[in-house]
Amino acid sequence: MGIISRAFQGRPRDHDEKLPPGQYLVHDFPVLSAGPTPRVPLDRWEFAIDTPEGEVHRWSWEEFQALPQETPTVDLHCVTKWSKFGTEWKGVSLDVLMEDVESAAEYALAYSYGGYTTNLPLEDLLDGKAWIVHEFDGEELAPAHGGPARLLVPHLYLWKSAKWVKGIRLLNDDWPGFWETAGYHNYGDPWREQRYQGD
Amino acid sequence: MIKRLTWRVATVTEIRQETPTARTLVFDVPGWPGHLPGQHVDVKLTADDGYSAQRSYSIANGDDGERVELTVQQVGDGEVSPYLTEVLEVGDQIELRGPVGGWFVWRPHSSPPVLLIGGGSGIVPLMAMIRSRGKSDTPFRLLYSLRDPGQLYYAGELEKVMAGVEVAYLYTRTAPPDAGRAPGRIRAADLVAYGWPPETAPDVFVCGPTGFVEAAADLLTELGHDPAKIKTERFGPTGG
Ligand SMILES: Cc1cc2nc3c(=O)[nH]c(=O)nc-3n(C[C@H](O)[C@H](O)[C@H](O)COP(=O)(O)OP(=O)(O)OC[C@H]3O[C@@H](n4cnc5c(N)ncnc54)[C@H](O)[C@@H]3O)c2cc1C
Repeated sequence: MGIISRAFQGRPRDHDEKLPPGQYLVHDFPVLSAGPTPRVPLDRWEFAIDTPEGEVHRWSWEEFQALPQETPTVDLHCVTKWSKFGTEWKGVSLDVLMEDVESAAEYALAYSYGGYTTNLPLEDLLDGKAWIVHEFDGEELAPAHGGPARLLVPHLYLWKSAKWVKGIRLLNDDWPGFWETAGYHNYGDPWREQRYQGD
Repeated sequence: MIKRLTWRVATVTEIRQETPTARTLVFDVPGWPGHLPGQHVDVKLTADDGYSAQRSYSIANGDDGERVELTVQQVGDGEVSPYLTEVLEVGDQIELRGPVGGWFVWRPHSSPPVLLIGGGSGIVPLMAMIRSRGKSDTPFRLLYSLRDPGQLYYAGELEKVMAGVEVAYLYTRTAPPDAGRAPGRIRAADLVAYGWPPETAPDVFVCGPTGFVEAAADLLTELGHDPAKIKTERFGPTGG
């Protein structure tokens, strides 16, 4: 335990097992991004997965919409300390998108319209742990929250859930992304409070 | 070797009231490694039963040894900001760690003109950039959006004429009679009148409440500024 802050009481504690250490609960949906919000017209939208072996898989907006859709309800944890419970999304599981992808790669780099990148181990995208989502709370995803479509990887801090996602590059080696090269943790597990490098 | 960001004990050495609801806290932080203008710290408060709350605050001063200054705006029903703005006294100790953030920073050697756009407490990291400018000949322009003249932070310092730094105040509700601009939220005309034209390829820093940052960044890209040159920091969910 750290030093005691004189006369600090804090909020009444309702100890919540769903809240990772150092996080607090919000009911609105804060926005965090490093630059302006890109606007991506749907007729020019494309999502791609490519592999170090040279395979490329691409989906137009119509092709992406025609894939089997899921409606995950998940808790979100942002490294700036807020968490939001029970958010409802609609989108395509990465398991579906990866179905025909053959590769020995172990890492992934998600990249976005606007130039954002974030890295994660490939296994964190598989087995029902990640989606490309295009609806939030029954409405099409607003640009400020990553629309037309964003990656959703709720078991990691939210900066891993790349907004305005454009594709996923599979890699044999780990390539740190945008925040990961700016001092944030390479993996970002909220339950182990991996906020910054060395945590 | 990865550097660990450790929690450090920070002692309040001075407090300056900026407005009725915001104040600057000056801390002495033994072992502080130094910082770049634009970076922030995480502050941790701990209650006597071990419960703790953490929030982020931008650093307001330029790199200055073991001295770290924060300016905190009280948020009505908040958990941490009312404590920092009303309870904390000179001599008290809290914990903080940092500096955090290697993106929203101005590196004093960089040469293009600099455009700073702040809303409310979003002025804080921008002030650190102005204070770090020193004798550099990079020209700065600051657009400072605030509700009314009573909300002005760093009044004495900003009003002193600083060679190479032009300041425009954008009052959203009530402007002083000599303002020369009708009160209102930031508009494209403000960026044309008080900013740098896109052709000069300025480094742009936008900071403040989310709605303000979204509006300003959208206007900038519509005017033709390169999105890659616009760095943003969003402080919170609401506000104007
Ligand atoms: C990188 C970064 C830098 C920051 N720098 C500064 C700074 O220099 N100075 C500063 O004063 N603040 C700064 N903030 C905001 C700060 O971290 C806290 O969010 C703020 O002080 C409110 O905390 P709280 O515990 O008092 O309120 P909470 O207990 O977190 O919230 C109470 C209520 O206020 C609302 N709320 C929370 N934050 C805000 C806000 N910013 N504006 C309006 N309503 C809000 C919440 O939705 C909630 O309803 C920064 C935030 C970030 C992410």
